[in-house]
Amino acid sequence: MTTIAGERIPRHGSRIIAIWLVLTAISVPLIVLVLGPHLPPPNMTVESADQRNANIVMTALLVPIALLVLVYFIYSFVFFRETSDAIVDGPPIKGHAGAQLLWIVVTSAIVLALAVWGSYTLIAGAHGAGGGQGPDPAAKPPGYQHALPVQVIGQQWDWTFRYPTYGGIETRDLAIPDHTLVAFHVTSIDVTHSFWAYELGVKADAVPGVDNIAYVNPRHTGFFQIRCAELCGLWHGHMAKKGRVLAAPAFQAWIAAAQKQNASIVKYLPKYSRVYYPLPLRRAG
Amino acid sequence: MSATPIAAQPPVWRRLIGFNMLTGLVLGIGGWFLGAWIGGQMAVGHPYLQGTDQNDVGIYMGYLFGVIGFLVGLGFANYPIGRLLGRPPTLRQHETGSWTRYFRLCTDHKVVGIQYLFGVGIFFFIGGLNAMLMRTELLRPVEQAWPASQYLTLVSLHGTMMIMMTSAFILGPFGNYFVPIMIGARRMAFPRIEALTFWLVPAAGLILLSAIAFGGIATGWTGYAPLADEGRAGMDAYVMSFILIAISLTLVGLNLMATILTMRAPGMSWTRLPIFVWSVLATSILQALAAPVLVAAMAMVLMDRAANTSFFLASAGGSQYLYENLFWFFGHPEVYILALPGFGIVLELLPVFARKPLWGYRLAVAGMLGVTLLSFMVWQHHLFVSGMNAGLRPFYMLTTELISIPTGFIFLIAIGTLWRARIRFTVPMLFALAFFFNFLIGGLSGVFLSDVPSDVTTHGSYFVMAHFHYTIVGGLVFAFFGAVYYWLPKMLGFELNETLGKIHFWLFFVFFNLTFFPLFAAGFLDMPRRVSTYAPSLQTLNIFVSASAYVIGLSMLIFIANLVWSLVFVRQPAAENPWASRGLEWQVPTPVPVSNFDRVPVITSGPYEYGVPNAPPVADFAPGALPAAGS
Ligand code: HEM
Ligand SMILES: [Cu+2]
Ligand SMILES: [Cu+2]
Repeated sequence: MTTIAGERIPRHGSRIIAIWLVLTAISVPLIVLVLGPHLPPPNMTVESADQRNANIVMTALLVPIALLVLVYFIYSFVFFRETSDAIVDGPPIKGHAGAQLLWIVVTSAIVLALAVWGSYTLIAGAHGAGGGQGPDPAAKPPGYQHALPVQVIGQQWDWTFRYPTYGGIETRDLAIPDHTLVAFHVTSIDVTHSFWAYELGVKADAVPGVDNIAYVNPRHTGFFQIRCAELCGLWHGHMAKKGRVLAAPAFQAWIAAAQKQNASIVKYLPKYSRVYYPLPLRRAG
Repeated sequence: MSATPIAAQPPVWRRLIGFNMLTGLVLGIGGWFLGAWIGGQMAVGHPYLQGTDQNDVGIYMGYLFGVIGFLVGLGFANYPIGRLLGRPPTLRQHETGSWTRYFRLCTDHKVVGIQYLFGVGIFFFIGGLNAMLMRTELLRPVEQAWPASQYLTLVSLHGTMMIMMTSAFILGPFGNYFVPIMIGARRMAFPRIEALTFWLVPAAGLILLSAIAFGGIATGWTGYAPLADEGRAGMDAYVMSFILIAISLTLVGLNLMATILTMRAPGMSWTRLPIFVWSVLATSILQALAAPVLVAAMAMVLMDRAANTSFFLASAGGSQYLYENLFWFFGHPEVYILALPGFGIVLELLPVFARKPLWGYRLAVAGMLGVTLLSFMVWQHHLFVSGMNAGLRPFYMLTTELISIPTGFIFLIAIGTLWRARIRFTVPMLFALAFFFNFLIGGLSGVFLSDVPSDVTTHGSYFVMAHFHYTIVGGLVFAFFGAVYYWLPKMLGFELNETLGKIHFWLFFVFFNLTFFPLFAAGFLDMPRRVSTYAPSLQTLNIFVSASAYVIGLSMLIFIANLVWSLVFVRQPAAENPWASRGLEWQVPTPVPVSNFDRVPVITSGPYEYGVPNAPPVADFAPGALPAAGS
């Protein structure tokens, strides 16, 4: 930046910016159009589609930032390296107020924009974005009063599901109807688990004594993968099963069959409740 | 490390008896049995204590007495008892002389630094071996090499060991060794406490490893309750070792803070303070404020397990959110305890090998202090889907993203410093530059995690695992090796082999990225953390990752070979200032004299004045002396 009289200084800055612009112009469309549709999660629900959009936007924003830093570093390795064996000092530049200010302004703007946009999707756009919101959700989707409640009970080491609006039956399989707002009420009867329905874009910790609510709007039918995302002991990795989004009539048929199957045992189940407190759990031995 | 022969050495067996590590181990093991017996007596008549598979009171008492025995055996009781009996203080005993001072209580900060380097290094190596064993299990999607419980114990031991050891990775060896020299002091503020902070580390490491004998640890390094309440007795080892490490971290923080604040040589103004010392100061603030919270969390787990309290049992009125809050209130500053010293190292190295002043020194300091402050305000980003305080999620999303502004300063400083520089690609510089590549990926992947909608997918998955390995291994561990190659010639007095150093670097750098980059994809493809079985479709990816991880292991063996070759066989004495650095620590003789400086130097200029015309030398080492004849 300081020009030493008589020495021709190549325009390093413009070259770096030019290389970066070219790379950005190539990579951003590739990210949005080619990589984007493969970014997770598969968009089976409104919420998971929002999550995928978040991932696409962020990749498209962050890759250029990474490219700028990388282009600069590689450029400097090539052009600012000492080729002789001698130890030669470089120009004693100690700082540049303008460059520092520019950096602070630009990074702050990016960060604030990300935070505002993230909060908007979380609250107004995606109504919790499929994440567990605790017993009293801060972001409620329209019509949440009529959402189909499905209780998810984590236990070492399985998931079971209760349908309070269908007689409180408890099943080992999860099925939900298509195009219906579903409210998962996730809880646990022993240690902390985390209910993760990958394709649905749902993740909510199963916490003993807590009714953790996550909303989801399925958009088409199919299978989804259920896993546990919080270490819960020995067989944590085995808390995986497939759930199904069914068309409304198929769901009615399924739940009717489940009710019939449950009829003889439902009276032995504890009364449906938002949380359960089994006896204090002590040491396994 | 000059081998000044000491007159009339007594025979070896005679020298083994005394206050040293061997005595410490013997008394430690004896203390364990005594404590376990006392704990057993305490449980008599309390059926709820005896009703479990192990009496936890006995185990905790065993560890407690074991630690006390270990410290007494090392000689930590001598000074206080001597003072009580009215004997004169003997501060600087055992400081010169034979190599045995490395196995004793020694209050010379340089000895403590080297003790840390090797002590922590050994446990780090064990943690690395665990990683290799884990990657072996993950070669196939089904359970194969180890039973599930052993795999979980491996994950927990690896994670806990690595977190504990890497917390001491830079402040331990290089903070203790170099901070006093870099600020022109002759010692640390509290030398005996300094020695104690080191000896707590092997005690914690050994206790943690003893978990293998007590049924292992099933919780990972985070030790979430109520799973921790339920765990086998190995959990007690986890609790006890974390308490010791947290005490050590707190004391290190207080000691370094006091040293830097009060013991700078005349002329060492805040704007001349080396940037590494600034990073140590910021880290010590974090350690002193965050680590005590971990002690509190662990004490509650201890009470839940030993005395049947129910801090974390919902069915008895407790809440596991209490644990999560306490743990992450420590845990998030902890990740900056790991990151900040790395920033300090790379910024310290860049000017030396770019031959330019550190660009934007004040901004770098502001960045580190900004990170320090903000890191206490973000901890609930670990709990976005926990169901706690969902309304506060935008706040924690904002603070988390804000922290990337001061972190970004570090990149700007590097960019400015490299601008039109005369870069020399020495081994330390390679590691410092690789830090920026790795930390770039680590940091940007963190932005995904800070965004709640995106975090709903990635939380608890391998994406997180890849993210923190990029920041901790790619950041801190690379910075650590940069520091090793840079400073070891001063610390040990011998040159390291450069070719082997470069092979180590390139293998580590390339295969580190090949190991961990694919794991982002594994996380995106719904592979959860801490599992030994996974979807068969991910097997190819996992085999690739495991194979690359083995090469990382190989690169570490090359490093060890380099150490042995250079230090034991070649023994080429290092030049006093091989890198032509302006750092004060390079102006003192090798080996560094016991009291560092003959006279306290007067600092006359900043450490990064490369290329500044007529820059004065960094310090006047003989202040008040007559000017040499003829000048
Ligand atoms: C060769 C290098 C390494 C390899 C191959 C490796 C591999 C692994 C693997 C396979 C896991 C288990 C992941 C899971 O299932 O969640 C893991 C976890 C972990 N690693 Fe490493 N690791 C390496 C180095 C390190 C280092 C240097 C650190 C330093 C701090 C570290 C810190 C951790 C932590 C904190 C965990 C989390 C443990 C937990 O889930 O509780 N790793 N690592
Ligand atoms: Cu689990
Ligand atoms: Cu954090």
